[in-house]
Amino acid sequence: MDWVLFVTQILNGLQLGVLLFLLASGLTLIFGIMDFVNLAHGSLYMIGAYFCATLTEITGSFLFGILLAIPATMLVGIIIEIIIVRRLYVQNHLDHVLATFGLILCCDALVHFTWGPEGMAIPLPVILDGQIEISPDITFPTFRLLIIITGLIIAGTLYLVITRTKAGMLIRAGASNRTMIGALGVDIKTLFTLVFGAGAAMAGFAGMMITPITEASIGMGNDIIIVTFVVIIIGGIGSVKGAFLAAILVGFIDTMGRSFLDTFLKLIFTAESAETAAPALSAMLIYILMATVLTFRPQGLFPPKGR
Amino acid sequence: MQILTNFSFQNRSVTLVFSVLFLLPVYTSLTGNEFYLDLVNRLMILAIAAASLNLILGHGGMISFGHAAYLGIGAYSVGIPAYYDINNGLLQLFLAVTVSGIFALVTGAICLRTKGVYFIMITMAFTQMVFFGFVSIEEYGGDDGLVINTRSSFGQLLNIENNLNLYYFILISLVACLFLIHKIVRSQFGLVIEGSRSNDQRMRSIGFDTYRYRLTCYVIAGCMCGYAGALLGNFTNFISPEMMDWSASGELIFIVILGGTGSILGPVFGAAAFVILEEWLSSLTLYWHFIFGALLIIVVLFAKGGINGILTYFGSGK
Amino acid sequence: MRPILSVEGLKKSFGGIIATNNIHLQIEQGEIHAIIGPNGAGKTTLISQLSGDLNPDKGEIFFNGHSISNMPPNKRSLLGIARTFQITCLMLDMSVLDNVTLAVQAQNGHSYRFWSDARHNNQVIQTASKALEQVGLLDRENAKASDLSHGEHRQLEIAVALATQPKLLLLDEPMAGMGTEESQKLIMILEKLKPHKTMILIEHDMAAVFALADRITVMVYGEIIATGHPKEIRSNPAVRRAYLGDQELHGC
Repeated sequence: MDWVLFVTQILNGLQLGVLLFLLASGLTLIFGIMDFVNLAHGSLYMIGAYFCATLTEITGSFLFGILLAIPATMLVGIIIEIIIVRRLYVQNHLDHVLATFGLILCCDALVHFTWGPEGMAIPLPVILDGQIEISPDITFPTFRLLIIITGLIIAGTLYLVITRTKAGMLIRAGASNRTMIGALGVDIKTLFTLVFGAGAAMAGFAGMMITPITEASIGMGNDIIIVTFVVIIIGGIGSVKGAFLAAILVGFIDTMGRSFLDTFLKLIFTAESAETAAPALSAMLIYILMATVLTFRPQGLFPPKGR
Repeated sequence: MQILTNFSFQNRSVTLVFSVLFLLPVYTSLTGNEFYLDLVNRLMILAIAAASLNLILGHGGMISFGHAAYLGIGAYSVGIPAYYDINNGLLQLFLAVTVSGIFALVTGAICLRTKGVYFIMITMAFTQMVFFGFVSIEEYGGDDGLVINTRSSFGQLLNIENNLNLYYFILISLVACLFLIHKIVRSQFGLVIEGSRSNDQRMRSIGFDTYRYRLTCYVIAGCMCGYAGALLGNFTNFISPEMMDWSASGELIFIVILGGTGSILGPVFGAAAFVILEEWLSSLTLYWHFIFGALLIIVVLFAKGGINGILTYFGSGK
Repeated sequence: MRPILSVEGLKKSFGGIIATNNIHLQIEQGEIHAIIGPNGAGKTTLISQLSGDLNPDKGEIFFNGHSISNMPPNKRSLLGIARTFQITCLMLDMSVLDNVTLAVQAQNGHSYRFWSDARHNNQVIQTASKALEQVGLLDRENAKASDLSHGEHRQLEIAVALATQPKLLLLDEPMAGMGTEESQKLIMILEKLKPHKTMILIEHDMAAVFALADRITVMVYGEIIATGHPKEIRSNPAVRRAYLGDQELHGC
């Protein structure tokens, strides 16, 4: 096997995993605490990307673009929570699904209206645009490495917030026992809004980080959101730790499958049939993983305790 | 129309609706307006798909956000054989129904062990799996889809290359499917499904292995939607993974809710409302999805019980 | 005669909190066996383990001599164990008759019958109607279950359980939340059933317990502290100390 490719793909898998975690942690917390199914979480990812692209264009700096786009996306999240989502908590899951499906359609159309059908790219500053030498043989794009590092920093921060602060205590309490936070006499409305806003900010940030690589485009959130669902299903809905481990796992398996499955299949089957089957199979790999996990653990790998 | 009057359907609106559908080709051939026939074909196929979804969603309380997978599987069951010049219609329909049934059995066996949100997301994920599966098979067109050159052939029996024949074939299929669902819902099996939606714990406590009943219901719905998919492939002469895009599944849920989950004609009204809305809004503006989405949100937020109530009001002819 | 139900060393805990511990119990054929105890004594947890809604951590349950310890609730129901729920657990958006019809259907073998109308199956409907008649709900058969009053819900709970033709009936606080008059009515209903069924009755209404029970088991903190005839229980000093106020005892 090609060593260099292998290490590179491990890093790529890690990068995808980190990105998925940024989306999944928000989604799983929103579900864990508010019992709310948010299909439109991917729309915030898209909105973050477009905001960042525009703001980078205006300010001329990717860094300023990000620093301004994060609060802007959070604000959008908070507004959506206050106007629409808040009213939905008391309704059933079918209503959540329908309303947030409607929300996706609205967001896609609005982005189409504002930014047009063309995608938007973000040019990287020179310092991030190069390759970094990890070992004499292996180089890796600087920016992708930056994604991994910032993602891990955010995951670490989130871990500290959840385990060490009062807000985190409430969040943990809420995720394992929803009625309890009410009993603690906390201002639930504000807590919910903040959690939703934070989830929006993280999703938006994920969108900002991917845009220099893939461009911002309409519907970009809709594909990744289902992979995110797979992540939180595997991790156990409501568990941030589960979301993290599952995100890394899914990131690895997806990346590895796409690059090495055909080589692997060639060991077993003829080259021709391996080449036909590999793309389809690797595209389906994470779903097969999900099905396998669910067969043995219907509640996912790390279901929050006490539910 | 002899069959229709024999139906024990509750009211005259059924007869009325099917009379209109039955006579529509006469009108379109007189006015030469083929466009409406196409619209109604699509409407009827969507109605079959929605009716099958309603069986699990409305009656069984299983909120599947992946029902479009069966439309795709059904359509590819026509398209892939046709690609190899196998046009035997019975074989294609058989394939559509059995492959859908097997897919429903395997995925349902996993989904139905979970509840609530898990169920919604897992059905969604499995459909996405099929979607990506077909996207990555270059042989059958991948992303771009596949043109079906020859429609299903039923030998001397029926030639659906003729648009009028296809129309009546779809109409009869619709009537048969609705009748079948009507019977199932009222049967002992149907009662168990309703019971398990209403209170699964009590149903188990009085002696039902509800998992198996729900799985059976899930498979029936899958088979029926697969059949609708086969019709869809024949109607559009074209298949692509886009048929099972997750927004297609969302639209099916929308149709079910729009039409009301309780009545036999609900899916037909829902599909009609959807098709008309889509035609009308898309003629108004490029950004019609916004209006559509906003409408969805408003219905959920403000019209308690959805458009559901309003339409059953009209639907029952009161 | 062999006991219809025998429980040996049953234990269940929830995250370190022991709900029932070391429960030994013999239920004789045909008796009404009341289980009393303060709130949180583990009575409902015990019933749920007997019905199969919960699986015990330890211990065995024998029904007519066969171990049913890890059998799912639907199979136990088919063997002849039926339960009612303390918090009304019915198919609320279906009709009263449908609720009972389903219970009858469950005992009629499989329900994979897709064609003929369930509501026109005379044999099933007759059995269902009989169960409704036994609890005095026949005149409400077409009402939606959610439209019933609280007392009627309790009656329907029993009718659904009865319609499964049980040999053993587990009643979890059937009188909860009822007025005196309704309770009296229910006591009469249960008295009428007494010759035909074995029953385990959890109840806080001491008047009902002492009117109906052949034997009484007292649970405190998840353990049994006494089992015996009503007279013995009344005079048992441990029971008095732990649970029964003197006032309550003399009140009935």
